[in-house]
This record gives sequence, structure tokens and C-alpha cells, in this order.
Amino acid sequence: MNVILIAVIVLGGVGLVSALVLYLASQKFAVYEDPRIAQVAEVLPQANCGGCGYPGCSGFAGACVKAADGGSIDGLLCPVGGQAVMEQVAGILGMQASAAAPKVAVVRCTGTCDARPHGVEFDGAHSCRIQNMTGMGETQCLYGCLGEGDCSHACLFGAIKVNPETRIAEVDETKCTGCGACAKACPRGIIELRPVGPKGRRVVVLCNNKDKGALAVKECKHSCIGCGKCVKTCEKFEAITLDANLAHIDPDKCKMCRKCEDACPRGAIHAFNFPPRKPKTVAPVNGLQTTDNGQQAAAPKSEV
Amino acid sequence: MKTFKKGGVHPAECKLSAGSPIREAALPKQAVFSMFQHIGAPAKPVVKKGDMVKVGTLLGEAGGFVSAPVYSSVSGKVTKVDVALDASDTRRMAVYVDVDGDEWEASIDRSTTLERLADHPELDSQTIIDRIKQAGIVGMGGATFPCHVKLCPPPGTKAECVIINAVECEPYLTADHSLMLEHPDEILEGVELIMKAVNVTRGYIGIENNKPDAIRLLTDHAQSHPNIEVVPLKVKYPQGGEKQLIDAVIGREVPAPPAIPIHVGAVVQNVGTAFAIYEAVMKHKPLIDRIITVTGKSVANPSNLKARLGTPFQQLIDECGGLPADTGKIIGGGPMMGKALISLDIPMTKGSSGLLIINQQEARRAEAQPCIRCAKCVTACPMGLEPFLLATLSSQHMWEEAEHNDIVSCIECGSCSFTCPSHRHLLDNIRLGKQTVMGIIRSRQAK
Amino acid sequence: MSKLIISLSPHVHGGDTIQKNMYGVCLALVPALIASLLFFGLGSAIVMATSVVACVAFEWVITRFLLHRQSTILDGSAILTGLLLGFNLPSNLPVWIIILGALFAIGVGKMTFGGLGQNPFNPALVGRVFLLISFPVQMTTWPQPGQLTAYADATTGATPLSIMQHAISAGDASILKELPSGLDMLVGQTGGCIGEVSAICLLLGCAFMIWRKIITWHIPVSIILTVALLSGLLHIANPIYADPLSVIMSGGLMLGACFMATDYVTSPMTARGQLIYGICIGALTVAIRCWGAYPEGMSFAILIMNAFTPLINTYCKPKRFGEIRKEANK
Repeated sequence: MNVILIAVIVLGGVGLVSALVLYLASQKFAVYEDPRIAQVAEVLPQANCGGCGYPGCSGFAGACVKAADGGSIDGLLCPVGGQAVMEQVAGILGMQASAAAPKVAVVRCTGTCDARPHGVEFDGAHSCRIQNMTGMGETQCLYGCLGEGDCSHACLFGAIKVNPETRIAEVDETKCTGCGACAKACPRGIIELRPVGPKGRRVVVLCNNKDKGALAVKECKHSCIGCGKCVKTCEKFEAITLDANLAHIDPDKCKMCRKCEDACPRGAIHAFNFPPRKPKTVAPVNGLQTTDNGQQAAAPKSEV
Repeated sequence: MKTFKKGGVHPAECKLSAGSPIREAALPKQAVFSMFQHIGAPAKPVVKKGDMVKVGTLLGEAGGFVSAPVYSSVSGKVTKVDVALDASDTRRMAVYVDVDGDEWEASIDRSTTLERLADHPELDSQTIIDRIKQAGIVGMGGATFPCHVKLCPPPGTKAECVIINAVECEPYLTADHSLMLEHPDEILEGVELIMKAVNVTRGYIGIENNKPDAIRLLTDHAQSHPNIEVVPLKVKYPQGGEKQLIDAVIGREVPAPPAIPIHVGAVVQNVGTAFAIYEAVMKHKPLIDRIITVTGKSVANPSNLKARLGTPFQQLIDECGGLPADTGKIIGGGPMMGKALISLDIPMTKGSSGLLIINQQEARRAEAQPCIRCAKCVTACPMGLEPFLLATLSSQHMWEEAEHNDIVSCIECGSCSFTCPSHRHLLDNIRLGKQTVMGIIRSRQAK
Repeated sequence: MSKLIISLSPHVHGGDTIQKNMYGVCLALVPALIASLLFFGLGSAIVMATSVVACVAFEWVITRFLLHRQSTILDGSAILTGLLLGFNLPSNLPVWIIILGALFAIGVGKMTFGGLGQNPFNPALVGRVFLLISFPVQMTTWPQPGQLTAYADATTGATPLSIMQHAISAGDASILKELPSGLDMLVGQTGGCIGEVSAICLLLGCAFMIWRKIITWHIPVSIILTVALLSGLLHIANPIYADPLSVIMSGGLMLGACFMATDYVTSPMTARGQLIYGICIGALTVAIRCWGAYPEGMSFAILIMNAFTPLINTYCKPKRFGEIRKEANK
């Protein structure tokens, strides 16, 4: 009996003292945190990808609360959760979410093994950045995809993979959140974040080659040679610009007419997610513009 | 016998071309002069298509203080100024010259009479440095750092001695060795010129004792140069590293970057540079040719060639018996620090100390195994770093940690990868980390 | 001509491999193995063979069927673990216990952490300590040397370590007179685990490894010197503690200092760290031997210090080139 009593007293005493210490410590070292931060963090995806530019989701939540105190949460976007999550965040903070176009990563290289032969073989640590330090890399193109997969290592969503056959990174649009981690990881800056576009449609120059035409032709079958034909076809909308022998399509100005795609002699311009074309018709235009041959303006919308 | 204290490895020497005399390589049909033959700002082309140039005509002027001019090594017609594949395996601006005859600029003294500094009292420090700068001389050991920059100590520092790097610790290479055997007096005069340029009275020539003939010859000839001492050194790689050489010769350790050798009072120049300086100052000859070792286990005739800059490597290997059938890898420079080339069309540059052909069996690295934490890389590292840790931190992109572990002190000598029993790509990753961390430091300083 | 290869420098390799190192250690163990066969005969042969075969087999099974990796049995590390585990067992141990020990050593000690290079603790010691705790009786009865044809039926007897512990617990220095002569302990003519008895053979192996640059001198020398120093002091203070020479040559000290503590994976990377590691192992060994419940402290000391190795690695950086001047200039 005595033993039990001693045990109860000792253990109870230890428990009480510990509880007291814990209580005092929690009082002494308490840190005030805005309860809204936790609320906001709860609706965030908790992927901690850093795609928003803040260290993890709680960092982003803190930034949102701070911005809300400042009056507006414009410019803050969780690329993973997208508009839906931002609306929830805005609701918690009593703000209005601004509309931001969701983005998707685009690998601007189509230099497959056929188009761009691998003349030498790289032997070393499997990293694009390291292969890039050798200079040209395995192919003759200084601007093309190295195919070691730094982007797929950087992607937290498994949305980008190097296709072993073409040795070029490919984006799985259903998984891509547009966080931009792959674009940062690519040592050659091949990956561009583009607005997803209406119905996922977009027209992009899939090449990053800034060499002069004659050289670019030698380097790759699908290289942009800076000939400017696409610029001419797009005179009306001025969506395409030529900089350092490389064409670029401004997504805000592009009207998705796909004329540039046909004009490109190198096949470097690609249209994503358009319905398959009928033979001989050229472009499913979106009805606004008038074209030289009127019958093509009547695009087969039924296929959408 | 002296050597540096920390780390180091002993690669098989393979000095196949040792003792073979320097041969003059034939003139190329077309020479290509890269504007990026040195560290620092690229040279700016000053010629255009159709211009006629002679040997010694300026092709590109220095693009800044840390830069060097580029001269034509051939006479003929400029066919284009365009990008060309160069020794960095990238395409960069270059001047193409179609060779026609061999006409030299009149200002160059082509005689072989020995000019002594003692006979030229008019040469003062500034004149020497100006002539060196004008001649476009860069570090000839392979680092290609513009020479005149090193000879102008930054404020607050003072040179106390000149150390000449005649170590040639890279396996296979014998260019410096053959140069020492054939031009000892010119080299010693070149050392005198460097000493005069930085106003010091002490000069050392560090030579590894695997070149006893060179040590003997230079010691004999140095008797008429009482201020110059020939220091035999124990063979150990990377003794040719600037910091290791200073440690070996005068026993001082250069602190971590951003400190440079001048902070311990040493000016280090390569022996080839000393020879080029002699030619530039005494003979008014800009840097237009150099000795290059063309070698490899399967190369029919490993040789030391005196070749004009801009000569394509293809021609150099043809002069030594052609490209072997079992070529696996072509390296510009030595096997420890050289660069694998993707083509033989690349022209030789100021820093081309060697052209090494490695056969297929030896070209491929063995498969990387897990790290067994044997610490052999730590023992081998001449800078007292922990390569295994730096490589891991780099591959995990932990740049801050890597910076705290002094990744920028790495001299990229390759001792860690060389020694690793697991064949891990240590230096590949460390190099990536070093580059990234240096970029981070630069952007932090810019703020 | 096939494709040219490009890579970053260096383009040559020294030719050292994991296999060379692992088989080098195995080769260094051969003198001690021969000595053990001479002293324990059949028992030693059965235990060693079982241990090596079991370790290699478990490594193969685990890499092949559990991890679905390329088999790593040829890199020599499993053979080495098997040899070292066998060396740490008495020569009359039943086969099934050895197999259990091998399974624990390879399966838990090595493979759960990810295989070669990842394990925080020396696998052979993990196996040995597991057996020591699970089967204390079988693991602490050692056959006397010289019974060449005996296995399970070998007569057992006191080992130098048990004599030493008896002397301390009884507080009677005269018990120490029962210790075998110095020569017997040097050669290995005493009771004990298979591989630990012959100090001279182990030292020979150690010298071979240092000569082949497989290990550096730091760990073995620092352990042996620390043990000699501390046990010498204790011996002077009170003669119930054995003299330093007997302490060094008895039990698993030589085996531990030369082969177990120097295991690459679980020892510190820098020279300074290795010295600290060695000194701590030496001190712990003396402490456990003199005042602990077990007569032998080497395996526990090494395992304890294995746990501190990451800490030592973090705080013991090698001296950087030019470091002293940097501080002097400040």
C-alpha cells in the first residue's frame, strides 16, 4: 500500500511540476500569430512548391494576410490552386480576387533525335546544368533541350518528363500547375510559362535557337531561322516579333488564326489543343477576323 | 625536397613526348582566331571581310582592362568575321583568315640572337608591362588570365618575389619541358623581365624532379642570373596550381578567395608565359604561336609542336600520325583539367597547352557507385575541402550550405574525382555548385 | 569511328575501386583467419564459412527480391561484413544463431538504411551486439584454443577479459596472475572470439591496410594509445586493474581498433575527427571494461561513437588551405 502511495505521490508530483513548467514556458514564449494565416493556409494546396514565390504555403498565407491588411491581394496567385483557391482566400480575407490567367509550361524545343543528331556522347553526372557546362552538349545546338531532366526533378507534380525516344522534355498539361519550377531549373531557359489560352489553345514558337539562319539550319531540322515569314503573316495583329534571330508570339495579341504555323518553313510553330484540321482547310479562326479566302473563315466549330 | 603540404594525388605520368624536340608545325590553309582566347572581356574585332593581314597584324583589340588583344599568326585575307566553334565547345565570335604566303609585320624581330635585359637600360617597369599588354600575352599554362593584370598589383599589395611555374604537373604534357630544354636563356631573360616589371629582386623557378635534365640545364644557365633560383620540387599533382606552387616554393598559404597570390607577395607566371614575355618585349613579337604537346597512347608520333594560333587541331594531329582509329575522347589541355572537345575543327588558342587523344577503353568513366565515405577525397583535396559533402550539397541545390563549406575555394583540380573509389562525379557537381554560389555572391555584392 | 565522348575534367581516374578496398581489407584479415584456424580448427572453419555465406546470401536476396536493385554482392562489402561478424563470434556457436546474426547484420544493420554507404552503424557489430544481447550465454562461453576437431562440444574456459573483470570485482590483484603470458596473447594462444585472439596477425593486417592506403593510421593508433594510457594510469593507481599491455592485447581491442572502428562508412572523414573518434572509443572501452557489466567494451564503444560520427563530421572540418593566415590577418 505504502509503495503504491509513494509511486502515486512521486509520479503525480513530477507530472504537476512538468505541467507547471510547460504552462509557464508556453506563456513566456508565446508568439502571436494572426489567426487568419492559419485559415488561409488551410485552403491552400499544401504542396509547399514555392511556385508563388514564397517559402511554402504558410509563407504565402502570411503574405496574403499582410497584403490584405495593405488593402489588396492583387498580384498574389497560388499557381497550383489557381483562381478557385484565390477566391476562397479572398473570401476569408474579405477581399476581391483579381482574375489572373492560369499558365502552363511550354518546352520550346522540338529537336528530336532525328532532327538534331547527338554527335557526341556526354559522360558524367546526369544533370542538364552539368552537361550545359561542357559547352554545346551532345548536339550541335547551343539552345536546345539537353534531355537530362533537371526540369522533371524540379517538378513536384510529375508534370514534366523527358521522353526517352526524342530526348526532349514533355509537359503533361493535365498535371502542370504553371508554378514555373521547371523554367527556373532549365539552364538554357527553354521552358516558358504561357497563358493556358481559351480552351487550352495556344500557338507557340517551339524553338529557342538564336543562331543566324544558315547555322540554325545546320544545327536542327526544326530550328527557327529568323526568316521573318511568320512576322509578315501576322502583320495585322503584330503578335509576332523577331529578336536575335528568334520569333516570339505574344500570347496577349495572338488571335489563334494559325496562319503563322502554316507560314513557318521549318515547322517550328506549333498550335496546341486545336481540333484536327480537315484536309485543305487551313485555320479554325475564331470568327472575328476576315481572311483572304472567305470560305476558310467558316471554321469547323462543331469539332470542338 | 619541397612540395605543397596538403592533399594531392599521383596520376600516372605518361609523358610520352618527353625528350622529343620541338617541331615547327606547317602553316594552316585557313586560320580561325577566336576573340575569346582569354579570361575576361572578349577582344573586339578590328578587321572586316576582305582585309589583308600579315603575321602580327592586330585582329581584335582588348575589350577592357581584363582582356587581351588578338593578333594574326598568318598572312592572308580575312574571309569573314563570324561565330566559330572554339576550344570552349561553344560558338563564339572569331576572325577567319585564308592563308596566303608567310609575310610578317616589319616591326617583329625574327632573329634568334639573345637580347639581355642588362643591355637594355631603357626598359623600365611600365614599358615592359605596356609591351606585354600590347602583345596580348595571357597565362600560357591553360588558365589564360591576361598577363599584364597580374603584373599590376592592386593597391595595398606589394610583390616580393616572382615564381615561375615550370612544374607541368599534368600527365602527358611536355610542352613546357621541351621549351625549357631548348630555350633556357630566353626563359631566364623573361623571368628577369617579369621581376623588373613588378620591381622585385627574387625569382624562383619551380620544376618537378621528374624533369632532371631541365633542372640541371636551367640551374647551369641561372648561374649568370644570381637573383633567380631553380627550385626542384617533389612530384605531386596539382603542384602547378598557383596556390600550391606558392606553398611549395616559399611556404606561404594564400588565404581563401577573394585573396589572390599577390596578397602573400607572390607573382606566379608560367614558364611558357616567361618565354612569350621575352619575345614580346625584346623581339616585339605579339603572342602568335606557342608550343603544344600532341599526345595520346594511340597517337603514332607524340610530339611537341610549335604551332601558330588559329591552326585547326585536325592539322596538328595529322602531323603526328593522324587521328587513331580507337579515339574515344579528344582533350584540349591535360587529362586532369583539360576540356573534352567535340570536334577537331576547333582552332588552337593561346591556352592550348596540349592536344590529348584518349582511346575508347579509357575514355568512358566507370559507373558511379554509392559513396562509401572512405574520406579519400578529403585526404586528396589540396585545398582542405570536403569534396564528398560539397558534391552532395550541390546536387541537392543547397547553395547556402555549400558556401559555408567554402565551395568557392575549390580550384577544380580534379583530385577528388580522380581518387574516388566509387567513381562518383564529384567535381562535376562541385563545379556546378561553385558556379552557382559565385553567381549568388556576385549578385549579393551588386546589391 | 564511334561517337566521341565529352565530359568535364578530370578525364583520367586513379583506378581505385570499392572492390579493391573491400577485398584489400579481406586480404588483411587473412593472417588472423589462418591463426584462428590454427587455434580453433573445425569450429572456426564452420562459424566463418556460415557467417560469410549467410551474409552474402542475405545481401543477394534482399537486393534482388526486396529492393529490386542490381545485386551488389560482388563489391566485397557483404563478404567483409561476414568475415568481421564471424571474427566476433565464439567458435562453438550453433549455425542457426550465426545465420540469425547475419540476417540482422545485413538486413537491419545495412539494408534498412539503404545499403552500402548509408548505414550509420557498423553492420557486423550490429549483428554481434544483437546476438550478445539475445543469446548472452552462448555468446560469452569461449572454447579454449587447441581443440582442432571440436565444434559445439569444445571445452570452454576463462578468457583474459573475464579474468580481468573478476580481478576488479573481487578487488584482488593476485587473480591477474592467471592471465596468459604476454607472448600467448600476442600470438593468440588464449580463449576468445575467433578473430580477436591473435594480436600480431591483426597488427600485420592493419599495417598492410595502412601501407596500401586503404585506411589511415589515425583511428587504430589513437584507440590503442588512449587505451594504453588510461589503463596504464588505472594500473598505477590500483594494481587490481591489469597492466596496459595485457589490456591492449586482450579481447577484441585489436580487432576493433584495426578493422571495426576503421570501417569507412561509419567513421569520421577528417583526420582530426578520426582522432577524436579514436580517443573517445578508447576511453569508452576502458570505462566499460573496468566498470561495466560486460567484460568487453569494444563493440559498444564503437557503436556509441558510430552514432556520434555525423556530429563529428559536422563540427570537425579539415583545415582549409590558407586558413591560419586568414585568421592572423583579421
